[in-house]
Amino acid sequence: MADRQPASASRKTFAPWSDPSAEPFIVFDNVTKRFGDFVAVNNVSLNVYEREFFSLLGPSGCGKTTLLRMLAGFETPTEGRILLDGQDISTIPPYRRPVNMMFQSYALFPHMSVADNIAFGLKQDKMPKPEIEERVADMLRLVKLEQFAGRKPHQLSGGQRQRVALARSLAKRPKVLLLDEPLGALDKKLREETQFELMDIQENLGLTFMIVTHDQEEAMTVSDRIAVMDHGVFVQVATPAEMYEYPNSRYVADFIGDINIIKGTIKSTANGAVTLETEDAGTLVVHQAMDAIPGTPAYIAIRPEKMQVISGVSQNQIDGEVWDIAYLGDLSIYHVKLPSGAIVKASQTNVTRLIERPITWEDDISLTFAPDAAVVLLD
Amino acid sequence: MEGRLGRILLILVPYLWLLVFFLVPFVIVFKISFSETAIAMPPYLPVFDLSEGWEAFKAAFARLSFDNYAWLTEDDLYIRSYLSSLWIASVSTIITLMVGYPIAYGMARAPTAWRPTLLMLVILPFWTSFLIRVYAWIGILKKEGLLNLALISLGVIDEPLTILNTNTAVYIGIVYSYLPFMVLPLYSALEKLDGSLLEAAQDLGCTPIKAFWVVTVPLSLPGIVAGCFLVFIPAVGEFVIPDLLGGSETLMIGKTLWVEFFSNRDWPVSSAVAVLLLLVLIVPIVLFQMHQQRQQEREAG
Ligand SMILES: Nc1ncnc2c1ncn2[C@@H]1O[C@H](COP(=O)(O)OP(=O)(O)OP(=O)(O)O)[C@@H](O)[C@H]1O
Ligand SMILES: [Mg+2]
Repeated sequence: MADRQPASASRKTFAPWSDPSAEPFIVFDNVTKRFGDFVAVNNVSLNVYEREFFSLLGPSGCGKTTLLRMLAGFETPTEGRILLDGQDISTIPPYRRPVNMMFQSYALFPHMSVADNIAFGLKQDKMPKPEIEERVADMLRLVKLEQFAGRKPHQLSGGQRQRVALARSLAKRPKVLLLDEPLGALDKKLREETQFELMDIQENLGLTFMIVTHDQEEAMTVSDRIAVMDHGVFVQVATPAEMYEYPNSRYVADFIGDINIIKGTIKSTANGAVTLETEDAGTLVVHQAMDAIPGTPAYIAIRPEKMQVISGVSQNQIDGEVWDIAYLGDLSIYHVKLPSGAIVKASQTNVTRLIERPITWEDDISLTFAPDAAVVLLD
Repeated sequence: MEGRLGRILLILVPYLWLLVFFLVPFVIVFKISFSETAIAMPPYLPVFDLSEGWEAFKAAFARLSFDNYAWLTEDDLYIRSYLSSLWIASVSTIITLMVGYPIAYGMARAPTAWRPTLLMLVILPFWTSFLIRVYAWIGILKKEGLLNLALISLGVIDEPLTILNTNTAVYIGIVYSYLPFMVLPLYSALEKLDGSLLEAAQDLGCTPIKAFWVVTVPLSLPGIVAGCFLVFIPAVGEFVIPDLLGGSETLMIGKTLWVEFFSNRDWPVSSAVAVLLLLVLIVPIVLFQMHQQRQQEREAG
């Protein structure tokens, strides 16, 4: 990992989705997929741009695999169109699409060795033999399976099989690579390394990746943008930072990272500030431009790390009792019980060694947050 | 102790079965194949009679000879029969494979709810006597049979085809009769095939036809091998089909054996033919056993 190049400057300014003149590379145009009566993907529209690393995040059964399979050509949309590079691909069979997919079930050929599995796609392209060998060796090195080249899939562990599947889908360097939970079976360390390798490959070869993951941290790490799905629809499509700081719904707020959600009603909205009356924590103020009739039910969403343990502030003070402490080494997460019985979480960096705990169980403490640290959600 | 006795009994019973119903008859046939014909009952000599004592037994034993085997090489009828049987069995096996594969493939790809019914349909012919089914083919294939009637009324042919009593009829009969033995192992191999492998092959640039050859066929190879052996081995020694459907040109060892045994009443020569047939078949049988064993080990491992 030491010889990794710093992420290029182009990455920092890569945001074609906010450029109205940019041509999208993949377009889902009002795509619906039904299996009988069951709607797996419900009227989804999405633009993905060339060289983008796009993640699909969502609970099991929300339609992530179905979406990828439509792009790969294994399912036809019931309604709507899918465009690739400006061309409607509905009539193009899977074997002629410049799209490769890594299957959630790996789908490795059991009668072929690891090396033959990886070489399979290259052989279909009639690539010269020496080049195939070179590419296969590259791929084996990438997934750290050099000494397993001659093994059959059934002689590998689950994580090793997953890496073969990854190498096989990457070998052809397709314009679009679809990865269905590519790293789920790997241990944390290998997974993090592979995430960075994936980002490097994607960046260096200029590929477009669509990746499915259950792991929101992984999505945050690798993606240019993330789509959070639920029941066949996109709840929010945004960059990781936007998604984290400005979730558009309680569903997304809850799905991405840890968050406190405090229920209340809107008291007033004025000058870019929203004042809410909450049962759990009294009156709270959040800086956010919003138009809402006073009395509308709303929620304040605030991340634990944006809570501070402090007292004697004039605004957004929440008093409670330390109910539980989770010591994570670098952080401690305090579960604070409010008089109403609700629990809010506040995480604090452990800047000193924690032999003498400054805060301990059953302490009465006060929490606060800056008005621009929280968001108000209406649903 | 009782458990151990039970286990020994359990192992012993099948061996006893084999001993009584396979090995003993084989030894008798084997012995007859070294005897000479005689106009007597039974129609061969010598006959071992243990009641006449050890000396008589030794004398009888001394009269056994290889003459019958020598005879099999002198008259080329036998060699031609063996070769022709192997040829007919091989061709039939290949045709059965070509007919059986699409059937098994279709069954394995059919909706899960249909599969038991389809499987049933494959096994259904076994519910009627084999002999009756072969006779039925006479009705279909003869000059004024159903096939010729159908073809003439459809205007495909003007003159009835001569199929019955030719080798073509024998091929039809063997393919028809042994088809289930091909379809069942193929079906069980194809049913296990994971459909996502074909998708993966297509995803990597394979046309569906190519994917069939590089994924489906290699993965169904155990079924292909098993099916071919199960058809080939019994087809080599087949007697009823060539006898009922074949003609004078049809040369098969089963038929030759039958003629020796019943028409010529030459038990010793027909026994020698039978022993040689077994030797000929031992090669594919051993190969088949080895294949099955390897397959089991692979599945276990
Ligand atoms: N061929 C099919 N026939 C019927 N229903 C299907 C079919 N394929 C998928 N579904 C249904 O569509 C829904 C979405 O499936 P999909 O595989 O896209 O989920 P997913 O988001 O990938 O889930 P997971 O995270 O568990 O992989 C599921 O409820 C599934 O049962
Ligand atoms: Mg899935």
